[in-house]
Amino acid sequence: MSIRERLSGNEAIAVAMRQINPDVVAAFPITPSTEIPQYFSQFVSNGQVQTEFVAVESEHSAMSACIGAQAAGARTMTATSANGLALMWEMLYIASAMKLPITLSCVNRALSGPLNIHNDHSDSMGARDSGWIQLYSETNQEAYDNLLQAIRIAEHKDVLLPVMVCQDGFITSHAVENIELLEDDKVKEFVGEYKPDHYLLNHKEPIAVGPLDLPAHCFEHKREQAQSMINAKKVILEVAKEFEKLTGRKYEYFEKYNLDDAEIAIVIINSSAGTAKTVADKLRDNGIKAGLLKIRMFRPFPADEIAEALKNVKALAVMDKAESYSAMGGPVGAEVKSALYGKADGIKVLNYIYGLGGRDVRADDIEEVYNSLMDIVKTGQIGETYRYIGVRG
Amino acid sequence: MAYNLKQVMNKPERLTGGHRMCAGCGAPVTVRTVLRALKPEDHAVCCSATGCLEVSTFLYPYTAWKDSFIHSAFENAGATLSGAEAAYTALRRKGRMNESYKFIAFGGDGGTYDIGLQSLSGAMERGHDMVYICYDNEAYMNTGIQRSSGTPRYADTTTSPQGTEMPGKMQYKKDLTGVMAAHRIPYVAQSTLTSNFKDLYEKSEKAIYTKGPAFMNVLSPCPRGWRYDTPDLMEICKLAVETCIWPLYEVEDGKWKLNYKPKKKLPVIEYLKPQGRFKHLFTDENKHLIDNIQEDVDRKWEELLKKCGEDS
Repeated sequence: MSIRERLSGNEAIAVAMRQINPDVVAAFPITPSTEIPQYFSQFVSNGQVQTEFVAVESEHSAMSACIGAQAAGARTMTATSANGLALMWEMLYIASAMKLPITLSCVNRALSGPLNIHNDHSDSMGARDSGWIQLYSETNQEAYDNLLQAIRIAEHKDVLLPVMVCQDGFITSHAVENIELLEDDKVKEFVGEYKPDHYLLNHKEPIAVGPLDLPAHCFEHKREQAQSMINAKKVILEVAKEFEKLTGRKYEYFEKYNLDDAEIAIVIINSSAGTAKTVADKLRDNGIKAGLLKIRMFRPFPADEIAEALKNVKALAVMDKAESYSAMGGPVGAEVKSALYGKADGIKVLNYIYGLGGRDVRADDIEEVYNSLMDIVKTGQIGETYRYIGVRG
Repeated sequence: MAYNLKQVMNKPERLTGGHRMCAGCGAPVTVRTVLRALKPEDHAVCCSATGCLEVSTFLYPYTAWKDSFIHSAFENAGATLSGAEAAYTALRRKGRMNESYKFIAFGGDGGTYDIGLQSLSGAMERGHDMVYICYDNEAYMNTGIQRSSGTPRYADTTTSPQGTEMPGKMQYKKDLTGVMAAHRIPYVAQSTLTSNFKDLYEKSEKAIYTKGPAFMNVLSPCPRGWRYDTPDLMEICKLAVETCIWPLYEVEDGKWKLNYKPKKKLPVIEYLKPQGRFKHLFTDENKHLIDNIQEDVDRKWEELLKKCGEDS
């Protein structure tokens, strides 16, 4: 029997970490992810986990210590947000290139500047090409479930890549919701033991990690790394299936909501999907064929599957809670349009930037987006495709 | 047991030959001496900051390190190795390993005095059972001899070049050993490659086998940056000690101890002369700069004697 609880997103992550009982956690506080290392260090202090908690002096050192620990043969976890993730940047790339299955809970927050502690996705979206698998979570439940699955995905022999589990700062990290937890022993069994093939603390086989890698070999290593990301697609589904057997909760690359017969649809990530689903339901009640696609797995990007899921839509709005300053839209917009190209041509695609710096995204805003899509279907006129919603002026 | 050079030299090498460090470079000699202090039965995880040492000893697919080794980036040897040490603590606590490991990080002055200072300070403050060795060659040598905060005053480097208006680096060398002593960690020492390596070997042994964090600052000359003849490595180190430019001392549990006091302190000019980086000081108009260096060395030496409870 699963355990019914009421937890905030940060508490859910901390509980998952307690149940995983990793060997090492190295973390530095930053709003809104601070509570995760706080709760976790209490578990350490109370002897509820046998983890070595390294209270580092910066996020750069957090990721550096995670790299040292995971390479040494320890299952290692961390958590951060915004500028903290940015300070890790250099090390994110090194962690993935070293094929170290570290897991990171990213509590999404606007990246400075200006300084702002509220939610958008500029932090993790900026790290989208760092070689980390990225899973996004609409709710506390999804954040918890994704983190448990992340361990299995990261450590799979065909993958061996670090995984970032993202959720929206404050909106889900601090909001208390109902949640179903697995029993501790079930989690223990599900994640299993970390048994790396090669690690620094293996006295039978000393290894060297992190060489100078010049043109004679570096390219092959980067190709291998890319293959790991390709392999991750299959593994992510396999792990999700096993997780579903255990919990009854189904996970795929993305969630389709009223999408199969939809004429208009939006693509969205994280908590705003909840708001958008409410609006889609309302439109359906009025006989409008509105649907939604919520991306769970952004890296690797499920391009073929997304094109297949959206191929019958007439007009589409891709919602980005991050700018990419390309003067043509945001990162999710770029990926989705690229996925559709040549596979689902002819769909009219808008790309909206919304909610930057924590601006509330109201049902009215989402409704306005759907209304624009309906106009496009009616008139055939698309107009400007790079749009902002909810911004003054 | 009394130090026996022959016996110590017969211990198996843990940094093998064939690496690509320059002839006459102090860094690999420092590393080999430090690693010799490990008991043969003890395993080690070594770590290096990005720098000459790393790129010349671990060029894929070859490594010169017989022990496990990790390099991740430039500014984080302290943090990276602290993670490995944390893993060791956790795996032993969980009963997943029994073997004994020691943790030794190496960084140049760039990776230690400058870009890696925060990471080092954090690792030492947290009390990891590890040793951090700075092989101080007094400039960023790997990128082509740029000044660091460890570069001594008036040295000619590629970013503190001597010119018509400026006689090389205008600032004094940072007292990193003092900074680390202020961390109040169990063991801090300053050493270099003196004639039979006794000083460095014995300090390494202490650093490695003292529980908790230890830091050693080891002057490790660079023939390219300092512009001396490669066979003169040991002579340069000796002059650094005999002129009191680089005194040998240690701070054990807060107690300062001078390890060597020259019978007759040599003038700094003896140390400066064989080095091309100070060549521009040897003109009539720059002579006063050498006096300035001498005064600075004299002042710091007196301060050190006081800390160590020695008579001047």
